[in-house]
Amino acid sequence: MALLKNVAKVCKSKNAGPFELTVDVVFDTKETFQRVKASGVLCPALFARLYNVPEGHVLFTPYDAAFAFKATFPRLVPAGDFGDTDVYGCQQHAPLLDVELPI
Amino acid sequence: MTKEIRLLSTSAILGYGFPEASLKAGMERQPHVIGVDGGSVDPGPHYLGSGKPFCSPIAIRRDLRLMLNAAVRAGIPVVIGTCGGAGGAPHLDLVAGMAREIAREDGLHFKMALIQAEQDKASVKRRIATGRVSPLAHQPTLTDETIDRSARIVGMMGPEPFIEALDAGAQVVLAGRASDPASWAAAATRAQLPPAPAWYAGKMLECGATPSIPKGHDCLFVTVREDHVECEPTNPARRCMPLSIANHSLHENSSPIHHIEPGGMLDTSECRFEAVSDRAVRISGMRWNPAERYTVKFEGVELAGYRSICVCGTRDPLLIGRLDDFIASVRGEVATKAAAFGASPDSYRLGIRIYGRDGVMAAREPLRDAMPHELGFVLEVVSQQSQEMASAVLGMARTNMLHTDFPGRLCREGNMAFPFSPSDIEVGPVYRFSVYHVAELDDPTEPFPIQYETL
Repeated sequence: MALLKNVAKVCKSKNAGPFELTVDVVFDTKETFQRVKASGVLCPALFARLYNVPEGHVLFTPYDAAFAFKATFPRLVPAGDFGDTDVYGCQQHAPLLDVELPI
Repeated sequence: MTKEIRLLSTSAILGYGFPEASLKAGMERQPHVIGVDGGSVDPGPHYLGSGKPFCSPIAIRRDLRLMLNAAVRAGIPVVIGTCGGAGGAPHLDLVAGMAREIAREDGLHFKMALIQAEQDKASVKRRIATGRVSPLAHQPTLTDETIDRSARIVGMMGPEPFIEALDAGAQVVLAGRASDPASWAAAATRAQLPPAPAWYAGKMLECGATPSIPKGHDCLFVTVREDHVECEPTNPARRCMPLSIANHSLHENSSPIHHIEPGGMLDTSECRFEAVSDRAVRISGMRWNPAERYTVKFEGVELAGYRSICVCGTRDPLLIGRLDDFIASVRGEVATKAAAFGASPDSYRLGIRIYGRDGVMAAREPLRDAMPHELGFVLEVVSQQSQEMASAVLGMARTNMLHTDFPGRLCREGNMAFPFSPSDIEVGPVYRFSVYHVAELDDPTEPFPIQYETL
């Protein structure tokens, strides 16, 4: 087992427009990416649980060409609306850092 | 000779700054076009609503002066989309005015095109009436009432207005709101290159040297050819690597493989990232699927009220241990006293943001039971009535955060440390996104009129 933060080369979040948040995890080798992909740990259900959104609202896409995974789901609050804590959406990645990967 | 176009982007946003040496190094490679993206929806609804620029005019002017001088003296076009941060009429006016001043001061002469993106309310209502406007991101159907409430609406242009302006001989093209890659796709399309590498090049150039390591606000040089794109930062301290390019290909999109743009979709699922040197990367394999209908995105905002804020903190473990009850007491006191001076509970919202607990992730914070030794607070009131009322309610919240009693309290002189005097800040009008829709167009240039002037 390894923690995601010790294996991934990128783990980040950002707005995808004012109403959605997108989270990316990128690995630096095809081998690591394929092992993570085969483990099935990174999946819509994981993001649904970590970010408290219905699984059906998570658009999850492995991107083989970039050794990356992307998950996009609604923001808690639209960017800049009352109660928004992160206008750029760039500090919402931390719950992923300690996800255990069976690799 | 292989057909190619060379494009130089100076930074991620006009006004972010870039080293002058990076521009010079880029110009030595004889780009056909230089440019920069002027803004984004990313900083939130304020800038579109207020008409104010996202970057400071001082910083915008510095970048613009260097770019105008470089391009005009080299006899090549300079193209800037989403001027002034949000790309409305006042934002474009600001940058156009600077260009005129710089031309006069520096003795530059050029033909300038100004491409407007702000949409008048009547025209948007006419589009709604034709049934050719649809919501994005699960937004409600657009109505005339929403249009009437909006403070400003812009359309996000594709490459076609840029192509028209460049074909008309404009050397300096300043545009309102535009799809970030559109100006670059326009330059490559005019050079008879296919749309797939043209749009992909735009995706890389829109953020300057962001697709490099170390990431920074600096210049990126991109060569577009028939079947690939090559990216290289002009600053020798940076490098593009397959990982940094792949990382950037994920930037601000909901899907990493399907990028919806005006007129079609860029499909990056089969892209290949190859190092061509230790600091340049070639990307190939991108595809372009033309859309059946040409659409552009409309963005609009409406006034949500007036905000006042205050920053304070506590270092008292007894208060931190009873925080939820304490906050509830404060909220109760504020509601009573604000109602007494005419602020009804439904006319304002009081936010108490707690940094050190869940100030960054709010309800999505997974660590619910941490007990830090100090906490920071941002108190915020958004009043629908007036700025004055927002400040009145905020003042009451600040006073009660300072003085409200709690069981076991030892710090009987006050609960909060305030770093500033005055403690309260009037932030001004608050806007929220209200229009986020796509409209079908028969003519991609129709909502984006172009004015020309010769300086």
